[in-house]
Parts: sequence; C-alpha cells; structure tokens
Amino acid sequence: MKLLSNLFTSTLGRKYIMAGSGAVLGLFVVGHLIGNLQIFLPPAAINRYAHFLQSLGEVLWGIRLFMLTTIGLHIWAAISLTLENRAARPERYGSGYAPYAASLASRTMLISGLGVAAFLIYHLLHFTVRLEDINGTAILIRQLKDPVTGYPDCYAMMVAGFSVVPVSLFYLVGVGLLCFHLSHGIQAMFQSLGLRNPAYAPLITKAAKGIALVLFLGYAAIPTSVFVFGHGKAYLQEVINAAPPAAAVAAAGKDLVK
Amino acid sequence: MKVKLKVWRQKNAGTPGGFQIYETPDLNPNMSFLEMMDVVNEALTLRGETPIAFDHDCREGICGTCSLVINGKPHGPHRAVATCQTYMRSFKDGDEIVVEPFRAKGFPLIKDLVVDRSAFERIQQAGGFISVRTGAAPDANAVLVPKDKAEAAMDAAQCIGCGACVAVCKNASASLFVAAKVSHLNLLPQGQPEKERRVLAMVKQMDEEGFGACTVTGACEAVCPKEISLSFIAKMNHDYGLAMLKGK
Repeated sequence: MKLLSNLFTSTLGRKYIMAGSGAVLGLFVVGHLIGNLQIFLPPAAINRYAHFLQSLGEVLWGIRLFMLTTIGLHIWAAISLTLENRAARPERYGSGYAPYAASLASRTMLISGLGVAAFLIYHLLHFTVRLEDINGTAILIRQLKDPVTGYPDCYAMMVAGFSVVPVSLFYLVGVGLLCFHLSHGIQAMFQSLGLRNPAYAPLITKAAKGIALVLFLGYAAIPTSVFVFGHGKAYLQEVINAAPPAAAVAAAGKDLVK
Repeated sequence: MKVKLKVWRQKNAGTPGGFQIYETPDLNPNMSFLEMMDVVNEALTLRGETPIAFDHDCREGICGTCSLVINGKPHGPHRAVATCQTYMRSFKDGDEIVVEPFRAKGFPLIKDLVVDRSAFERIQQAGGFISVRTGAAPDANAVLVPKDKAEAAMDAAQCIGCGACVAVCKNASASLFVAAKVSHLNLLPQGQPEKERRVLAMVKQMDEEGFGACTVTGACEAVCPKEISLSFIAKMNHDYGLAMLKGK
C-alpha cells in the first residue's frame, strides 16, 4: 500500500507513472509505424496485417483498453504535476522568463502533449471509428473492400484518407508535434526512471532526438507519398471500380452456399 | 562606471512590492555585485532612505547565502559563480540591471531581495545526515571508498544550498538540491544503512515544502554556481524507485 501511495502522491512517483506510461506509448508509436510502413509493400501485405489485428476480437479490445488506460495515466500525471508546478511559483519574475539551457521541447511538453491528444482523437475517429463525415472525401471508406479477399481494404482506406490534402497536412502537424514531444520525452523518460548516468547521458540525449527524427520521417512519408506523389491512387481506383462486381460475386457466393 | 538599478522593493510579505529605479554612484568596475549593492545602500542611508535588504555572508562563493536574480538569471550572467563573485566589469557603463529576489512558493519573501530558504534546512533535517556513534575516530582505511565513488560524492557535496536551481526552474523545483544532498551520502559506504529511508524522507519533505516537480529542462544545471550535474537527479530517481518498489 505504501508503494501505491508513494507512486500516486509523490512528485517522483508520478514522474515514474509518466515515464512508464510514456515508454509504453512510445513503443506503440514505433510498432504502429512499422506496421503502417507496409503501405509501401503490395496492398495484400497491409490488408492481411489489418485483418489479423481485426480478427483478434476480444484481445484487440483488451489491448485498446490497456492503451486507453495508459494514455489516461499519462495525461493525469502530466496535468496533476503541471498544476503543482504552476502553484510552486505564485509570483512571476518581472524580467520575464529566460529559459537557460532549457530546450523549447522541454518547456512545451504540456502544449505539445495536448496537441497530440487532439490529433489522436481525430485519428481514431478517422481510421478506427471511420466516421465518414470527417474524412473530407466523397469516397465512403467503410465501403472499400479488398477485391480479392472481400475484407475491409486498409490500403485503399489509407490512400483515400491521405488523398485529401488538408487531412494529410493535419497529419503532418500531428506527427510533427508527437515527434517534437518525443525528442524531449524519450530522454526525460530515462532521467525520471533513474536510468541515465554520466556515461550514457550524451548518448541518450542524441538518441532521443535521432529516434524522434526517424519516427517523423517514417510517419511523414505515408501521407506525403499519397498526396504529393499519388502513391496507391491507381489501386484505389481499381478497388472503387471493382466494388459493385465484387459485391455481386459475394452475393452470388452466398446464394450458392444456400 | 555607473549603472541604473531596477530593484524589487517590498517591506514585508504582507505588503505588495514593486520595482524601484536607482542611479548608482560612481563604481569601480572591479567591485563585486554585492559591493556595488553596499555602495548603493550607503548612499541610500545617507539620504535617509531604507537600504535595500539582501542576503550575503562569506562573499567568496562557498556559503550559498547570496542569492539575487540579476537580469532574469540567478547569480548573474556568468557560469559557475555566485552573485558575490560576479563583478561589475561584467556590465557596461550605463546598463540597466534588473535585480529580483528568488521566486518560489517554497521560498517565501521576507523583505526586498531576502527570501526564507529554511525549507532547504528542513529537507536536510529529514535525511541529509548519517547516524554514527561518537567516540574515537575510526582508522582512515577501515572503510574503503572507491575512487570514482569518492569523486562523484564530492561533486554532489559541492552543493552550497543557495537555491538558484529552484529560482531558475520553470516549476520552482528543488530536485537538483535534493538530488545533490541525497547522492552525496547515498554514494558513500557510510550512507548505505540509511539510503532508502533518506531518499524517501527527503523527497517527502521536498514535496511538502511546495516545490514543483522536475521536467528535465536542465536550466538548474546551467545556472548552478557549483555546476551540480543533472545526472544526480537521475541517481535520486533511481534510489527513490528502488526504495518505493521495496515498499519502504
């Protein structure tokens, strides 16, 4: 019980929660990128991967609940600590705030974090809930089915989503903020968990920035390749053209089974 | 040389304060910042005005009593020096210099530029010591201290407890001070028996004093007159995490 009270009430305990949840979320960001880079493989690859994730059923919901709880803990720790941090300096300096050695990313973690949260809500509504009203395109992305397997076509959905320039630009801003957040977050995580020592400190600082940059380039490549270079648009057209006959085949197949 | 001082004047904690501007008398550029304050105060006293209250003691950079936020930076423009070793030659003739007290909830203002830093004493009293029986001095070689540990402990022990880390931190966090004091003893063999109790008690006291949490900006390390490393905060987090996991 003492463990829990220290973890949830002390400043250091809550930094542990922030760092631990941040580590989980950071690993998710890496895994999510690796999965999504399959957009550069033939459509069957990412569609098979998406179908595998969807077919997990209850397990998928377990993972989703775990991720939501982790995000909740991360945001709760951030807000409760920030409120205390603000209260710790009731009177401001007259000469203004000069950030000695403090990087912009380190000073704006709450703002970049809230920006990422707003982006995340849009992203979930866009590609997970697949709310047709917010995708900015006339293509009904829920209707896109893989012509071969008949399962929801993740590849075509991504191409349709990122063909909308404002949506793609918003994604670039979103992942930009995320990687800006991570450029400080990764090194702060090692510090908060007590896993940074003088020997590793310079490496951790450089690696955090390097990882953030690589993640940004990887994530930015996906919408950019679609809305700038037209990646996958021919395939999307094929899927749209194939849709009615495919539906007819499925219907015919059902009849055959009966 | 002469400078224009924009100084925070406040009679006491209960009275609202504000900046006042003073033209200094002619100064020797080799005066320390505190000696310049003495000269200004002498002139104020001769005019029958209340001198500016500020903290000072050893004036040789080892006691941690002097404070002041000079042009927005604790201890003035230089690296690794306290206010007492900041010299007027660092400024230009005719400069306007803004002088403010350290601002933090944990450091309540007493008067003008003087703040109450006894929160640091209470943090020290919570665990910044080792319990030993008095008696004959033990043999110097009875307790072996590895060289690297001794050096790291000495680096941490350099902290003079001035509070510049709190003053510059955007969260008014005392993490660097507490980390230095925790690490100093936790690195040494003599500090091992109370290692876990020490870190838990000192962090608890730090939180109770109303200081903010560390967000790893590194501003504290940059203004510390003794250049205490941010790595000590990681060391404190490490020790705290282990003690916490053990349910202490």
